[in-house]
Amino acid sequence: MASSIRVRANANGDITEVQALIQHPMDTGLVKDSKGELIPAHFIQELKFECNGKDVFVANWGTAVSKDPYVKFSFKGAKKGDELKISWTDNKGASDTTTAKIA
Amino acid sequence: MTTTTGPHPTRRLILQGAASVALIGLGNLPFAAAHAAANDKYPEEAFKQKSEADAIKALYGRNAEPSDKVKLDAPEIAENGGVVPVSVTTTLDKVTSISFLVAENPFALAASYKIADGTIPGVANRLKMAKSTKLVAIVEADGKLYSATKDVKVTVGGCGG
Repeated sequence: MASSIRVRANANGDITEVQALIQHPMDTGLVKDSKGELIPAHFIQELKFECNGKDVFVANWGTAVSKDPYVKFSFKGAKKGDELKISWTDNKGASDTTTAKIA
Repeated sequence: MTTTTGPHPTRRLILQGAASVALIGLGNLPFAAAHAAANDKYPEEAFKQKSEADAIKALYGRNAEPSDKVKLDAPEIAENGGVVPVSVTTTLDKVTSISFLVAENPFALAASYKIADGTIPGVANRLKMAKSTKLVAIVEADGKLYSATKDVKVTVGGCGG
């Protein structure tokens, strides 16, 4: 299966800009389906970005983050070719991990 | 008899003393961790709070003061409440976390980000908004909380996805 995480990490001098797009339903648990039954909550709780053995950015998410979440941030201390490891876990215990080379 | 048992009571006392100190130490840990936003645990309780004031309290354990050094960027009118692009930047130093709260949502806290040393204090993401609402951004810097707010008009609610 293709990874649920798409990442772009570009180094510009000392600063690396990271954009990530994750495929996830992010169900709130408040919405009903076509049969009128509640769709149980299903959302990513934690998203972690790790570079050179250090957590550079950690997101804790609730249900109010949009479906197929997007996040953008920048950090210092990495260079082109370094690996960025991205992982998420959701409230049902599912998870996914991917690594991206900083370009 | 007395000469052989003599040293034991003291040794036992010392051991008991050490054990109780260890127990007290363990007992204190959960309380110390409960309020720290910088710890590693997912802040389950904070995400369950309905009002933004309760959520801030559950997450950080104190109140934020408005600051013009926190810049919150969001559209004035969001056509689709399911996907509202929101970002925050700040000129504050020593930022350790950034959080977003949507006041009118069923659960106010939307997202909380931990900013490591060396990470630029700024985040862009997309949030759901149930209806027109006040949006609050909290920046934790050098142990203090700063906030910025903005009103967003939502023409279609975010609950329908």
